[in-house]
This record gives sequence, structure tokens and C-alpha cells, in this order.
Amino acid sequence: MVQFSLPKNSKIRVGKTWPKPEGAKNTRKFQIYRWSPEDGENPRVDTYFLDMDKCGPMVLDALIKIKNEVDATLTFRRSCREGICGSCAMNIDGINTLACIYGLDEIKGDTVKINPLPHMPVVKDLIPDLTHFYAQHASIMPWLETKTNRPEKEWRQSIEDRKKLDGLYECVMCASCSTSCPSYWWNSDRYLGPAALLHAYRWIIDSRDEATGERLDQLEDPFKLYRCHTIMNCTKTCPKGLNPAKSIAAIKKMMVNRVV
Amino acid sequence: MAETKRVERPLSPFMIGQYYRPQMTSMSSILTRITGNALAVSAILAVWWLLAAASDEDYFNSINWLMTSFIGDLIFTLSALGLWYHYLAGLRHLYFDAGKGLEIETAEKLGWACMIGSVVLTLLTIIIV
Repeated sequence: MVQFSLPKNSKIRVGKTWPKPEGAKNTRKFQIYRWSPEDGENPRVDTYFLDMDKCGPMVLDALIKIKNEVDATLTFRRSCREGICGSCAMNIDGINTLACIYGLDEIKGDTVKINPLPHMPVVKDLIPDLTHFYAQHASIMPWLETKTNRPEKEWRQSIEDRKKLDGLYECVMCASCSTSCPSYWWNSDRYLGPAALLHAYRWIIDSRDEATGERLDQLEDPFKLYRCHTIMNCTKTCPKGLNPAKSIAAIKKMMVNRVV
Repeated sequence: MAETKRVERPLSPFMIGQYYRPQMTSMSSILTRITGNALAVSAILAVWWLLAAASDEDYFNSINWLMTSFIGDLIFTLSALGLWYHYLAGLRHLYFDAGKGLEIETAEKLGWACMIGSVVLTLLTIIIV
């Protein structure tokens, strides 16, 4: 359902303003979404100040600095700090991206606004609940589905066929694209969203896969696939520079081609 | 398993403008929706005008006065703008559906083309009509 405002329990209050670091000349303001399941209160936005002369260059560096030096209760996911694990996806300065590879210098203005990925249930602070998102990924059968007898060694693939997977296999499932999509915000109960559909396409065009028909049958649905209205917020925001919109358009084309 | 208390999780903020940056991608899409809905309303107005013309003279005169007044002119000029935008956006989506123009730079340029194009075509319409 289309919504334009947050439900009552999600309305955001003004939170705490933490003290500025002493003796710092070059400070920057961070406004960060906070919610804890333990106190029964509504979410709030806390304000922090950091000494930028003593802070690393990336948004994740700032978050870690806040957690280490200012407020140990600030909660967020992170792991590889180099854009390959997809854990630290969040909404930074109004767009979804990975905190570890988004530079603080890319943000205009003094204030850095950080929120969890949009329109998701919040587990705590900057951590969204991705259970449903992962279940959607699982539903597209993200594995090689074969019918012929197993070859003696590996399933062979030509260089040209392997090339078709470029721009698809790099997806790290960070959920930035799906949670940037207005259609996914409002229909994620039935619409698979750009990430799952990009993965669906990745297996559909894999030359070794033998379940193309079944895969297309499964997606032939007014919601699963066709809630994509080619808005392209997904492609605009992908921190890995991939193009889910193009994959979805390719699936739609295959749907047409197999009936005409 | 330890007993856990079920909590009502809040929904993270998403609203375009306040929390999600307005971009050509989302703006061109929402404009297509808005113009489409607005055109449905102005189509009803145009039909009302025609129906009035088909019913009786007094009735037509009063409706005709409204439609040719400043407000009427404004509504139909804006409708022309909406019509051109919706038409161009439709062409852009046909192109998308053919699997073309889906690189983000191209898609954004096409978005600008729809917006600027609709203004230019509306001005031409005003000059010609």
C-alpha cells in the first residue's frame, strides 16, 4: 500500500546532543537515527560532533569513531570495510550506499545525516531487519539448476557465456537498491525488488542452467516482476555500480519473446 | 530457548524529499503519475464542456464562460503541459521496455528531455493554437 508518512510508533523525535570534542578546531556534525527495542520509546535522532582532523576518510570511519569514543551504544553492521561484504549499507545524506566506501568529502554541507535503509523494520539503530529480503532472494532459486547428468569434472562454460554474468555476479546483496525503490517500499510483500530480480536474471542467463523456463514461469506474476515501473532509483544508488533495472527489463523482454 | 518479548519494530524513514534525495529517476516517474491522474480530471472537464454544448444554450453559455475564463485557460494550458509530458514520458518508457536507454546517464538525459521537451512543446502549442 502506498504510504506517505510513518506509522505512529515510527515517528522520529529529536534526540540527545552529545558534547563537542574538546580542543577540536575542525568539527563536523552527525545526525544519526537511534532506536532501541529495550526502552519502548519512539525512534530519535542523536547529534554527535567529531574532530575531523582525527577521523578517517569514510563514513564508516566516523561511525566507528563515535562508537569507540563517544557513544558505545550506537549499533550498526560492518565487516570488511572495503565494499565487498555489503553489511554496512545505510541511508547516508539521502541515498542508500555502503558506509565503508562512501567518502565523508562526498557529502555537501556540514551535517552528515545517517538513517537505516528506508522503509524497513528496524532491529536497532542503523540495523534493518533483512529476513524478508533474504527470503525473496532464496525464492528465486539462487543456484545452478540442472537436469542432464553431472559431468565428470565441472560444468563447462564458454568465455562468451561467462561474460554474460559480468555486472551481475558482483552484487553483494547489501539491499541498497531494493530499499531505494518506491515500488518496493509499498509492495515488498509481493514484489521481489531489484536485488532479487537481478539475481534471478543472473541464473536465467547462465548458459549452464537448465531451468530457464521454470524460472520465468515463477516470475510471471503481476507483482513479483511487474511492480517494477523502471523508476531506476536502484541503478542510481547501487554502490557497486551495477544495473538492476537493465536486468529486470531483460527479464520482461524474455517474457514477451517466449509468447510471441 | 530463552523467552523473548515480542517488540513492535518501527518502520525506518523513507519519504522522498525529507529522507530520500529527490533524483531525476524518481521525479520523472512521479511526474508521469501526477500528469496521468490530472489528465483524467481535465478530460472529464473537456467532456463536460462538450456535453453542455449538446444539451441547451443557457447551460452551455455558463460552462463556456467558465472554460474560456482565466481559470479555464490556466487549467487547459497546464493540461497541455501535462499531456506533452505524459506523452514524452510514455515514449521514454516504450524505449525502456525495448531494453534500451537503461544506462543511468542516458535515462537521466531522457528524463530531462521529457521535462524540457514538454515545456517547449507547450509553448509551441500556445503559439500555434
